[in-house]
Amino acid sequence: MMSMSSASRRLLLAGAVFGAFTLSAAAQQPATPPAAPAAQPLPPGSPMIGRPDGEAAAKLAPVAPPPIPASADKLPLAKLKVPAGFNVEVYASGMANARSLAQSDRGTVFVGSRLVDKVYAIAEKDGKRSVKVIASGLYRPNGVAFKDGTLYIAELSKISKIDKIDDVLDSPPKPTLIYDKLPKDEAHGWKFIGIGPDNKLYVPVGQPGNNVLHDADHGQIRRMNLDGSGAEVYAVGVRNTVGFDWNPETRQLYFTDNGRDWLSESVPEDELNRVTKAGEDFGAPFCYQGNIIDQELGWGKDCKNYSAPVGLMGPHTAALGMRFYTGSMFPKQYKNAIFVARHGSWNKSQKQGGDVVVVKLNKDGTVKSMEPFLTGFIEDNKYVGRPVDVMLLKDGSMLVSDDWNGAVYRITYGKQKVAAQ
Amino acid sequence: MQKTIIAALALASIAFSASAETIQERAAPCLACHGERGASETENTPSLGGQQAPYALIQLFMFREKLRVFEPMNEMAKSLTDDDLRIFSDFIAALPKPAAPTDAVDAARMARGEVLAKQNRCNTCHNTDYSGKESVPRIANQREDYLAKTLAEYKDNTRHGYDATMADVMQTVGKDQIGDLAYYLAHVR
Repeated sequence: MMSMSSASRRLLLAGAVFGAFTLSAAAQQPATPPAAPAAQPLPPGSPMIGRPDGEAAAKLAPVAPPPIPASADKLPLAKLKVPAGFNVEVYASGMANARSLAQSDRGTVFVGSRLVDKVYAIAEKDGKRSVKVIASGLYRPNGVAFKDGTLYIAELSKISKIDKIDDVLDSPPKPTLIYDKLPKDEAHGWKFIGIGPDNKLYVPVGQPGNNVLHDADHGQIRRMNLDGSGAEVYAVGVRNTVGFDWNPETRQLYFTDNGRDWLSESVPEDELNRVTKAGEDFGAPFCYQGNIIDQELGWGKDCKNYSAPVGLMGPHTAALGMRFYTGSMFPKQYKNAIFVARHGSWNKSQKQGGDVVVVKLNKDGTVKSMEPFLTGFIEDNKYVGRPVDVMLLKDGSMLVSDDWNGAVYRITYGKQKVAAQ
Repeated sequence: MQKTIIAALALASIAFSASAETIQERAAPCLACHGERGASETENTPSLGGQQAPYALIQLFMFREKLRVFEPMNEMAKSLTDDDLRIFSDFIAALPKPAAPTDAVDAARMARGEVLAKQNRCNTCHNTDYSGKESVPRIANQREDYLAKTLAEYKDNTRHGYDATMADVMQTVGKDQIGDLAYYLAHVR
């Protein structure tokens, strides 16, 4: 938690920024109500810091998805667009708040959730696909990962596992805890997890608020052995990453990171970062998008002292799940490109993101281009769906989860037999 | 209060067993605690009138799924279908919104509460008149005891929100400020 000295320092700062009104004035209220009291400076750490008073800003609030998953016939499939030659179909539906994706070696697809308590499995048996709830009563179980028969599940403040998951899909045991030395903050507490080529489990801990000074237990990516032992901090200055993957050629970790709210409509952009060495600092909350010193917390800091992103993903677009394309179904130009699910903005008058983009890299691992790939989730500045994660199936086709509708779509290339739904 | 809940539950089991009833008949046990005309007269029990339908739907869903734990409501909601949840939330939204209390207000408390509401930008999500929008609830003229209880529960995270927003916002609101904030929102005109 924040120390008193830094809290009072930030109080002073806030007072200076907002001018005439200070918190000491708020404490000495007149007995009669003022006609229209002007807004006081926000308390330090408030998620609203930076929000202007005005009509346009008053229209912006985080967008919550409907709680009930859309029935298969109500999904926005007909509205979704992919480049020529690609096809999109519904892979599975009826999974409230479907979020992160993982796949077992036998092809079972696991789906986490954030706003409900469940982890789902999409399993195929005798050519028939079905959705099962394999764990419930969990707290914000957003993250799922699979390795050597074991499913790993990340809740808000703990990681657990189910061994030999494919053998117990019909009557899974309760997950076994492997790691819980994690903060319990709600803000950015939900987790994406992944297992690296070093056979370690990577677990992010977000910054506990929109834009806050925090202790050494937040704003980072940790890694640990698959039994939860040997945890260490791998990267810092991470505001909130909800998706990462390893470059198949360099084995370097690439991760998306979401920029802060309320700085402006156009910046900061979300980041695509690359870790070149353990312990690297990516700047949050002092420096955003590699070249913006935070107007509140960045005084005395210099962006040169932090690793800059390799790519910018658009302002407030909520770049989340991402995977390198290592399959063989898509055309050659997509080989080792990164597909990124952008959940879409709330802190922006004209919604942006709400799509899957493809990021192509230069030979040196920097970003060459970013193009739209799957679009159509925004209609009249409203969401009809919101992509969260992407994942490759063994045949090289790609799944995309949608937590707005509780569904997973499959994208294929070329003439395909589209599975009947 | 306990007696009312038990009576309501007894009624509820009868009401939900008959499928041909009108929504008014089915909602009778709800209104026994939450108030006939949208305004609750039951301690710590929210007024439902004019509530945003998407918010009401989320709460009913959370009660059914036990994501929000309050036993009488978990019991009431457990057998509701998805369509039932939609019907009840639309019904709730159409009830008359609660009015500001008519008793004399404590001007100093109102002033303190107004400063806090403005300082914390409650109007960002809850709308400029606190009538809410979409998944964000109406809080204007909600019962003061329920508002204070809810804010305290969000602050110590004993009430889990659908998402993290209220837990995040309440981190920077002092426990000693909750009373004035609830008083202001309950009385706001």
